Amino acid sequence: MEDNIVAISTAIGVGAISIVRISGKDSISIINDLFVGCDLTKVASHTIHYGYIKENDKIIDEVLVTVMKSPKTFTTEDIVEVNCHGGIIATNKVLKSILNKGVRLAEAGEFTKRAFLNGRIDLTQAEAVMDLIESKTDSARNQAVNQLTGKISSYIESLRLKIKNLLATIEVNIDYPEYYDIEQITIEKVKKVCQELEVEINQMIDESKNGKIIKEGIKTVIVGRPNVGKSSILNNLIGEDKAIVTDIEGTTRDIIEGNIQIDGIALNIIDTAGIRKTTNKIEEIGVQKSLNLLKEADLILLVLNSSESLTENDYNLLKEVNKDKTIIVLNKNDLKPKLTEKEFDGYNVVSTNTLSIEGVNSLKSKIKEIFNLEKIKSSDRTSLTNIRQLSLAEQAKKTLQSAIKGVNNHLPIDMVAIDLKATFDLLGEIIGKTYSDEIINHLFENFCVGK
Amino acid sequence: MKYEIIVVGGGHAGCEAALACARKNHSTLLITGNINNIADMPCNPSIGGPAKGIVVREIDALGGEMGRNADKAALQVKMLNTKKGPAVQALRAQEDKIIYPQEMLKTLKNQSNLEIKEALVEDLIVKDKKIEGVILENNTKIFSSAVILTTGTYLKSKILVGSNKTSGGPHGERESNYLSEKLKKLGFNILRLKTGTPPRIDKNSIDYDKVSLESGDDMELTFSFDKNASYNYKKQIPCYLTYTNEKTHDIIRKHLKESSMYGGYVEGVGPRYCPSIEDKVVRFADKERHQLFLEPESSIEEDETYGKTIYIQGFSTSMPEYVQEEMVHSLKGLEKAKFIKYAYAIEYDAIDSKQLKKSLETKLVEGLYTAGQINGTSGYEEAAGQGLIAGINASLKLEKKEPLILKRNEAYIGVLIDDLVTKGVTDPYRLLTSRAEYRLLLRHDNADMRLREYGYQVGLINCEKYMKLKEKKQNIEKLYQILKEQRITPKKEINDYLEKKGSSPLKDGISLYDLLKRPEISIYDVKDFIELDYDDNVLEQVEINIRYEGYIEKANKDAEKMLNLESKKIPNDIDYNLIPNIASEARQKLNEIRPETLAQASRISGVNPADISILMIYLKKRGNYE
Repeated sequence: MEDNIVAISTAIGVGAISIVRISGKDSISIINDLFVGCDLTKVASHTIHYGYIKENDKIIDEVLVTVMKSPKTFTTEDIVEVNCHGGIIATNKVLKSILNKGVRLAEAGEFTKRAFLNGRIDLTQAEAVMDLIESKTDSARNQAVNQLTGKISSYIESLRLKIKNLLATIEVNIDYPEYYDIEQITIEKVKKVCQELEVEINQMIDESKNGKIIKEGIKTVIVGRPNVGKSSILNNLIGEDKAIVTDIEGTTRDIIEGNIQIDGIALNIIDTAGIRKTTNKIEEIGVQKSLNLLKEADLILLVLNSSESLTENDYNLLKEVNKDKTIIVLNKNDLKPKLTEKEFDGYNVVSTNTLSIEGVNSLKSKIKEIFNLEKIKSSDRTSLTNIRQLSLAEQAKKTLQSAIKGVNNHLPIDMVAIDLKATFDLLGEIIGKTYSDEIINHLFENFCVGK
Repeated sequence: MKYEIIVVGGGHAGCEAALACARKNHSTLLITGNINNIADMPCNPSIGGPAKGIVVREIDALGGEMGRNADKAALQVKMLNTKKGPAVQALRAQEDKIIYPQEMLKTLKNQSNLEIKEALVEDLIVKDKKIEGVILENNTKIFSSAVILTTGTYLKSKILVGSNKTSGGPHGERESNYLSEKLKKLGFNILRLKTGTPPRIDKNSIDYDKVSLESGDDMELTFSFDKNASYNYKKQIPCYLTYTNEKTHDIIRKHLKESSMYGGYVEGVGPRYCPSIEDKVVRFADKERHQLFLEPESSIEEDETYGKTIYIQGFSTSMPEYVQEEMVHSLKGLEKAKFIKYAYAIEYDAIDSKQLKKSLETKLVEGLYTAGQINGTSGYEEAAGQGLIAGINASLKLEKKEPLILKRNEAYIGVLIDDLVTKGVTDPYRLLTSRAEYRLLLRHDNADMRLREYGYQVGLINCEKYMKLKEKKQNIEKLYQILKEQRITPKKEINDYLEKKGSSPLKDGISLYDLLKRPEISIYDVKDFIELDYDDNVLEQVEINIRYEGYIEKANKDAEKMLNLESKKIPNDIDYNLIPNIASEARQKLNEIRPETLAQASRISGVNPADISILMIYLKKRGNYE
């Protein structure tokens, strides 16, 4: 059988308690050997016991030990959690004493991997565990929890059931061709179901894109000439939320200058140094990189000084940005304006003054409006939260559209059935119901140790 | 007495097996309980249907007999599913139950290397887990290097009509009472299965004004690729259609407990896909009526058994005789119907097909093969397909050659056998198109393209036929090229023509190849643009392949993916108990079936994707493949 694994399951650092978790068939007896207190091998499952961890007759820490017996545990194996109280040094000592017992240190994601492999959770749930650990905001955490409880799985199952029913009728018609009394499948029926499904899959994809925003935050780029007030806008936004400006390595190679929360959604503000020096040949590479950033960004804040006329530089920037995801910030509106909102028809425009709270608030409302943040927050989300899931959903949408196209082009039903079956399988792949060997191999490497 | 191969049973599986062995120049003995029942059709008077009809084509492509024989005995032939697409089209022929066995017996008798013997086999000679022959009821021993069991329903068969249970086969023949016990002792798991058949009534006692006509297709259609139809499509014998009604259902409900099935007299498990009328009425209580087809069994009126009978398709039952009379007389058009034979259910023993290799050789006894109903299938076609493969593989083994194993993307026969050995059966197995993942590849029209080559390789397809296939393939290639090269331009007469066909006018020049992709344009329309002097079979292949190119490519790609998994062999010595974390149900199934490849493992019910991942990771760790 599988060996015993151990890891510190709480974040490393100064905290009141930290938990060392051990999973495997010998976990109870191993901890019992180290434990001073009652006989853990004789206690009931899912109970907590007070005592000490000792090594070589020396007490290391005062602990509470939770004993959970197979199969109703996270990994479905016997699990013991040791709640340590003595800070990081004591916790490490406890861990070491367990390792000394021949228990192996868990690899990244191994507990979750076991839970998945033992059939305790499905693929999306396993991925959700990872998201949960990594979530930065409350919204992201809620979303991960939703997924962990299997909401997305059951939603996808409901879509698959619809396809299955449709396919079943088609198959009966094919295998029992002369039984006229059986419900005969018609183009209209297939089309109707397919179109309903398309709407639902579309909705799921759209919500998932919101989900991506919830999870990863809005990738925001602030651009503009020097001295138009970029940094004060940044500071003001950040100051408003009393967030700490840190250099956090983002999910991409970009450096995030600040991480701001607006209604629970993270705004990741990205450094764009380089855009302003478009004429400098030496920095061409840097400029190209910045232009790419503009393409990748979810949101561009293009800052203009409203007291000056537009320069060539400003025009260039206006040309480069995508209207739909850009907010033009007319800064310094307390001075005599030379630019007004009217001149930027079709753009999202906000007039602000870096010194006024109103200005910053109107910028925030604009952001909320563009990203529909109120809606995101209120919906009972069933969203896909990673690229793998999202791309499978997009593929499923494509095969479904191909089915609809087939029906419209009067293709015979056996061809349409192929597309429907493909849609069914792709949706299954999202939740690990259809086998695909590519997923498994790479999946668990991303997991945080311990969970 | 010594033969190379002994075939036990003269049904559809046995005939194919015996012919294949004899044609491959092995001295073969076919042992049957009654020579007059060879190739008998004890149930429905038809061959083919969705999936099944394609199996018959596959048998023909491989050099088997069923297709040719069915063509000789056809009463009425129909192409089914013509509106549902090329992947699911299939032939179904009403067959003459007298001519079919007669013709098959003729073929068997004319076959060199083949002897037929009337006897009952009661035991097998097995030494060191190797077959050495059979023992007859009178204790005669007959030796052979291989034995193929195609005993059909004759293992401990019991006929049931209501609470009345009698031992014996469909025509009251004697059953084999000891063979299944012997198989059990050899380690085979024995299943008890059940199947049923409807009443036969006198064709002159039906009021034909009250039932509707069901005729065959108005064209010559054959199962065989070698075209030797002997029926005249202008003189096809029609079938008729009638329905059950509320009165029928009331009778059934009232007497339900008297049926063998619902009275608890049956131990065997019946086929889900071919339920009795009792089952239909109980399970689909809200349905007001069920369809019943009235099918003639023969054109030879003088024959005592089948000459006057009409088979009531869809009305199989195990009710007692007096209830059957009431039921039939409640049907429209059959108020005065005269019974010739009452419906009955039949119970029989079958072996667990999971104990077979894909070659249909048993895992327990070397040189012992089984095919047909003994493996838990139902249907003449499923039986014949297995019989042919068992015959081919028993011969190949004698020749010290690798067995012929058809893949799931190559043949319905491959799907059937893979399902049998991988999933096993709980109720009589019927082939359905939906059991095939790549049915677009397994079409009626391309069975020869898929399988003739194999038939030639194993020696069942002669050189002349093989050359014909090669020529066909070359012509297809040529036509492809022509259609790709020939272009038409947006001239007025061309656009007028297209408009007439409901197709949009051309703006630019287009190749005929691309034109053919338009759903409303057929290859015969293309013939209006250029002269195409090709056989219809060639035109058909080209049309289907061009029109559904995208789908076919996709199916091929999917199949490749499967083959990739298929190429991942699981070593024979693997100990599933050593693999951590496999779910216990999966572990048990894997231990029982011992799949040969990862792909086969993934098809076992109860083995989930997660189990496959674990198995794969384990095998990778062991270094079985990168």
